[in-house]
Amino acid sequence: MDWGAIFGNAVVELISPTTAAYALAALGLAIHFGYTGLLNFGQAGFMLLGAYGYAIPALKLGWPVWACVLTSIVASVIFALILGIPTLRLRADYLAIVTIAAAEVLRLVFTTNTFQDVTGSANGLSEYQAGLLQFNPFPPGRYGFGPWIFDNRVWFFLVIAWIVVALAAVFTWLIMRSPWGRVVKGIREDEDAVRALGKNVYSYKMQSLILGGLFGTFAGILFVLPRAVVPSYFQPSLTFFVYAILLLGGAATILGPIVGSIVFWVLLSFFSGFVARAVEAGWLPFMTQVQAGQLRFILVGIAIMLIVVFMPQGILGNKKELAFVK
Amino acid sequence: MSSEISPKAKPVKTTGLHVGDPVPGVKKVDPILVADGVKRTFGGLTAVDVEHVEIPRNAITALIGPNGAGKTTFFNLLTGFDKPDTGTWSFDGKPLAHVPAYRVARMGLIRTFQLTKSLALLSVMDNMKLGAKGQSGENLFRGLIPAIWRKQDTEIEAKALDLLGRFKLDAKKDDYAASLSGGQRKLLEMARALMSDPQLVMLDEPMAGVNPALTQSLLDHILNLKEEGMTVLFVEHDMHMVRHIADWVIVMAEGRVVAEGDPHSVMQDPAVIDAYLGAHHDADLGATDTEHVEAMKELIDDEQ
Ligand SMILES: Nc1ncnc2c1ncn2[C@@H]1O[C@H](COP(=O)(O)OP(=O)(O)OP(=O)(O)O)[C@@H](O)[C@H]1O
Ligand SMILES: [Mg+2]
Repeated sequence: MDWGAIFGNAVVELISPTTAAYALAALGLAIHFGYTGLLNFGQAGFMLLGAYGYAIPALKLGWPVWACVLTSIVASVIFALILGIPTLRLRADYLAIVTIAAAEVLRLVFTTNTFQDVTGSANGLSEYQAGLLQFNPFPPGRYGFGPWIFDNRVWFFLVIAWIVVALAAVFTWLIMRSPWGRVVKGIREDEDAVRALGKNVYSYKMQSLILGGLFGTFAGILFVLPRAVVPSYFQPSLTFFVYAILLLGGAATILGPIVGSIVFWVLLSFFSGFVARAVEAGWLPFMTQVQAGQLRFILVGIAIMLIVVFMPQGILGNKKELAFVK
Repeated sequence: MSSEISPKAKPVKTTGLHVGDPVPGVKKVDPILVADGVKRTFGGLTAVDVEHVEIPRNAITALIGPNGAGKTTFFNLLTGFDKPDTGTWSFDGKPLAHVPAYRVARMGLIRTFQLTKSLALLSVMDNMKLGAKGQSGENLFRGLIPAIWRKQDTEIEAKALDLLGRFKLDAKKDDYAASLSGGQRKLLEMARALMSDPQLVMLDEPMAGVNPALTQSLLDHILNLKEEGMTVLFVEHDMHMVRHIADWVIVMAEGRVVAEGDPHSVMQDPAVIDAYLGAHHDADLGATDTEHVEAMKELIDDEQ
């Protein structure tokens, strides 16, 4: 058994762009769910809009980077408005239903052959990064230290991703300690009480939905940068993994989503490496390699259940709060 | 505002509030709130059907009536938390129908809830600060820059501390509101409502669950509000309290205003006794009514 390779692959995830992207998406959900109490089950939809909103104009229209990012932002804000306008006046569960359905509609629209010319349908889009890569300051080649050996493209995407995550975390920290954050947390506890104090609850919920959705959108861009954009990335399970990360780290915390994402990806990589090699070595004779690939998701499911039962506040959550959760 | 609570033996009652005979819907000399034809039905049940009512300014008005009379529903309608089938009402001369709840609050009409709404996982201090109006840091972009709102926040905190002190909650300021007792939450909700310096405070059963020692100081708070120029409208089942502090009493039954008057005369109004005991006194009284019978008896005794 090559333990070195298993651990090596696992620690790579510590700083991978994917880890950063999931952390950012989870931070968006922290704003929605952890701070405002909005149940957005369509974070995958926001991520999809980020990914395609960036890739389509870059590839098909040759737009510069800033215009592509702006397209993603506009698409995501419109999506948030469409979701929010009819549902934010209703009970929290309506938003949950509408977001999960809308995200699926988006994914199917981008999968269908009808728009193949624009979306690339199930094969997606690739080689759209040229516009961004012309700013790559890293010299060509593969380098790094320890297990972290990447090519210059990945180093570039990795640095961008973590800078965006850091900025988003600082932004969230600033806004959640402000009076704006106080209103939003009040809405999470009891929106009628906040309304009775003269706050426009609907507007605050909309602002929160847009803000957390934008984080999802940026996460979508960061997630696809090192790879091709394919609609099958944006399954509902993506949203659930992001929720798993959020709960693992702590729902109403700033660093929780980041720590959660790191722990999630390191463990996932470790499990899959371990199971795959265990099957190879004949330790699990009842299992094929294909089954081994699925096993890790079963393990994730079990891990989520264990967290919710034994550590419901998450790694960084405030244990004191739990005493009052009904 | 003085932070001392001096128990007043006999509060000064405001009189001369109405014009003409004190019948239901009587005109007031200076009304702050006027409602006309406000009706709300739930399916076949008419919860509120108020033809005309005026709330006198700078006085303490009690809204009483048996369980299910429609008092809370009327509160909800007036404050924009529920929509009536028909009706108009105005606050300080400004029409209020179809105005959303948060705007009603901004206009200076603040209410509390019968089922207390404390914000459980916010600290007591944060609960209080949320009550203050016109905070620049409540804007998303200005909130990002503490320099813009820090000073205002400090002022709000000082004001909150003063109020918390008066409601004996200052020792709890850093605890979660969830850790307060039921009565303390009532106090917090009332203190929070006062953070915005409202013109009209509508309290739905402010005394329910508050211990007698504190009730006395709460009563004094309410009397202080009047001295500071505010108007108070409150729902209460405790007739002693109503008699003690109310300048004016409005009685509701089955959605309608059945009597109005100063506390002494209204208690003797046959319509009120009917409302509480049912039109047929001799008939079998439901279990829920016995409480009121007791209350009414006590009051009638008190009067003599
Ligand atoms: N949301 C609702 N749906 C249906 N019926 C309702 C609703 N809210 C109130 N009612 C009915 O309207 C009537 C008036 O209720 P309301 O809560 O206003 O009474 P109340 O005077 O505040 O009573 P209490 O003194 O017990 O608080 C009751 O008969 C109640 O059953
Ligand atoms: Mg009531």
